[in-house]
Amino acid sequence: MSPSAPVRFRLNGQPAEAPCEAPTILLDLLREQLRLTGTKRGCDLGTCGCCTVLVDGRPTLSCLTLARLVDGHEVTTIEGVSPAQGLSPVQRAFVELGATQCGFCTPGFIVTATALLRDHPHPTRAEIERAVSGNLCRCTGYRKIVDAIETAARGGT
Amino acid sequence: MATSESRPYRLLGGRIPYVEGPLKVTGRAEYTDDIQRPGMLVGRVLRSPWPHATIRAIDVADARALPGVSAVLTGEKYPTPFGVLPITHDETAIAVGKVRYIGDIVAAVAARDERTAEEALARIRVDVEPLPDYPDPESGTRPVAVPIHARGLNGTNIQKEVVQHFGDVDAAFAQAAYTARVRGTFAGVTHAFTEPLVTVAEATPDGRLTVWSATQVPHYLHRALSEVLGIPLHRIRVVKPEVGGGFGGKSDPLPHEIVCAALAIETGRPVKILFDREDVFYTNHGRHPTKNDIRIALDANGQILAYDIEATIDGGAWSSFGTVTTYYNGVLSMGPYRVPNFRYKGRRVYTTKPPSGAMRAHGGTNLRYSIEVALDELAETTGIDPFDLRARNALPSDSTTVNQFHIGSTSFLACLAAARERSGWDAKFRRLPYGRGVGLGCGFYISGSNSPIHFTPKMPQSTVHLKVDMDGGIAVHSMQADIGQGSNTLLAAIVAEVLGVDLDRVHVQRVDSDVSPIDLGSYSSRVTFMMGNAARAAAEELRGYLLDAAAELLGTPVGELEVGPERYQRRSDPSSSVTFLEALHKAMERRGALTASGSYQTRPMGGSFKGARAGTAPAYSFAAYVAEVAVDVETGEYRVEKIWAAFDCGRPLNRLAVEGQIEGSIHMGLGQVLGESMNYRGDRLLNPSLLEYKIPMPQQMPEVEILLVGADDPDGPFGAKEAGEGPLIATLPAVGNALYDALGVRFPELPITPDRVLRGIDQRRAKGVAWKGS
Ligand code: FES
Ligand code: FES
Repeated sequence: MSPSAPVRFRLNGQPAEAPCEAPTILLDLLREQLRLTGTKRGCDLGTCGCCTVLVDGRPTLSCLTLARLVDGHEVTTIEGVSPAQGLSPVQRAFVELGATQCGFCTPGFIVTATALLRDHPHPTRAEIERAVSGNLCRCTGYRKIVDAIETAARGGT
Repeated sequence: MATSESRPYRLLGGRIPYVEGPLKVTGRAEYTDDIQRPGMLVGRVLRSPWPHATIRAIDVADARALPGVSAVLTGEKYPTPFGVLPITHDETAIAVGKVRYIGDIVAAVAARDERTAEEALARIRVDVEPLPDYPDPESGTRPVAVPIHARGLNGTNIQKEVVQHFGDVDAAFAQAAYTARVRGTFAGVTHAFTEPLVTVAEATPDGRLTVWSATQVPHYLHRALSEVLGIPLHRIRVVKPEVGGGFGGKSDPLPHEIVCAALAIETGRPVKILFDREDVFYTNHGRHPTKNDIRIALDANGQILAYDIEATIDGGAWSSFGTVTTYYNGVLSMGPYRVPNFRYKGRRVYTTKPPSGAMRAHGGTNLRYSIEVALDELAETTGIDPFDLRARNALPSDSTTVNQFHIGSTSFLACLAAARERSGWDAKFRRLPYGRGVGLGCGFYISGSNSPIHFTPKMPQSTVHLKVDMDGGIAVHSMQADIGQGSNTLLAAIVAEVLGVDLDRVHVQRVDSDVSPIDLGSYSSRVTFMMGNAARAAAEELRGYLLDAAAELLGTPVGELEVGPERYQRRSDPSSSVTFLEALHKAMERRGALTASGSYQTRPMGGSFKGARAGTAPAYSFAAYVAEVAVDVETGEYRVEKIWAAFDCGRPLNRLAVEGQIEGSIHMGLGQVLGESMNYRGDRLLNPSLLEYKIPMPQQMPEVEILLVGADDPDGPFGAKEAGEGPLIATLPAVGNALYDALGVRFPELPITPDRVLRGIDQRRAKGVAWKGS
């Protein structure tokens, strides 16, 4: 156990500070310490994408990120990409088109898609598929997920 | 694209977004791992590194002495055997006396945090005497030195043997004009749901135990907890939060769920066991590695005369659903074709490997692959088009198979017609250039089991309770388990449909055994059919009270009323009406809050011979899929470009969900073809991670054209049948047969990896056999 300085960062637009031991993983910090449980743990090994968050706007696997490395950076989780009321366009498209079944992969997809649409407001299907190819979904066969992201890019259902 | 059809219902038959969608897309849906209880401990299990060994002693003193450790458990504390099938209780929560596979649980700890728990596990010393291991099912069919289980048949490792014979198969083969034989080999595959297995348990001083778990069948978990822990059912509360996929892998009561509860009892504190991926792979219960040998006899007109089927099924260390698996690997061949003579010999053999169990389209997948490949061969031998051959043999509606399954509705011919036309089959089959091909595969699956695991066969398989109070919100309780397939949405929609109210009035409550009436949960593709019928019955009872009140308010006989949107009105004059709330409040004057209960039970069916009920179902789904593939003949890589999926689920009640089930099934079925495989060296699992066990990527998904052509099933709720598992089955042979059309090579072995494709091409060329000019 190696106690160390607290990690200070911006979390979903607000300053955040948490005590943090050296080996603490960002996913644990978010889920266990800060109780932001929207970010999911599917494998802990960087293979499923369920734990995706944005670090300085870039999709990042929080299960492979040391919490200390986000010191001084900006972290956005699914809670941060969700509006206070209602749903974002890509969230709405996921609901309306049935792109979430069990939903366990969904926060990771929404976070990834939010970053994609911010940088590429009109992605092709191939670009969407490439962007989400680090996110596993075992329920949907991906088709409705890609449809939903495409639909959100077009301005909704 | 789904075919359009007239809509006799307001909601049902449309596209109904999942009711919990907004919670899921915002990360607000609560899964088991999201549950935190005050003072909660971390539970961990120690796994056996030995495939088969006698446990001589386990020394836990050092682990117990570690500060922060609250409990260390070994097998003898809760030795009562359990298992999902009452006839094969051969598992224990923690190994007792011996371990049976690499990954078997030998001890468990509860500690204040993860690190302490890990350290405690490292301090446990297990003294064992290794026993011979049996990774190979074939060798276990003969008497072995040390059987894996004492209950193995006559000193072998055979867990279950099924021998069935209807008609006279030898005579049929003697008079056959054509025969085909396929010997299939299938690697084991696993569910790979995204949410790992996880359980939280808490025992409280009032003598009650609460268990939250990622389970598909809360009721079977409830029963296993009660049996093993010796606590009556009514003092155990099982709660099912959202579940991140199951596909059969969360349908057995699993050892860690019982261990977690036991640790909670031992410590008096809440305990969570969250598995990592490796744990999930070792728990497995996926599709059985299988070898089958299928012979089919045809007469000169292409009529099927007989099937002769053998299967050797690698069960792994426990029985799980294995007795059912053994039957299904034979009897699920009884559709979609008429088979007048049928012989089956199936054996499921224990091995010292992670247990196999039920996985989506349980028991139907590997069998079907070999049958459909054999039929493809027969089509070629006879010169009959594959569609025509199948159409000629289609079972009719309202018929009985040779083993006495009753086939209610079938729209199999409509499936064939739609797939043939939409795929442009006649212009493509054997006409595409070398390396491209189309293939037909068909399927058939049960829509719920008529022979479920239950207290008595007379108890309802599904019950739904409704309660509506002055606010006009309708609370729905049932133990049906939504694991992502959309059953909560369907349940709400059925209730809203019958009552004529808006969907947002209906709130399906979380499964909680304290208040949810028993439904047998999500397995065997039973939920739409059984829960749907129960929900309809409950809602109709409630509607009766509302119509009586409306009749009183309107001064009209009930028979003159009809249901309108949020109102009840005179059929002759719809402007004469009362609102739902007016009728409700009137009805409440007499009864207080309205409650209603509906249930569903299958009627007796099947023959009276041993095993007759295996595979009997109140309805069956049917499928005909065409796949189009393009092969790179230099590398053996191939792409499934499109699948035309014609499916008979009766009336689709929520098209969004039916499409989602079909697309997800195709993805999963394709995985088994393209490369998913549990790889073993001996009994050591080599790829227990999602990096090495690869499910198809988005780029590998074909275009899918869904053709829903089913006619109403007479017994299904609003005419519906299952769409959760059947849609997987046809995927595999459609691709296998398309590869044959592309290359002239048969692939009796799954997965069909690029190196197998190349080897097949080489072997064909070496034999000097030309195919499509190459
Ligand atoms: S939990 Fe991070 S990639 Fe799976
Ligand atoms: S919706 Fe279940 S894993 Fe994607």
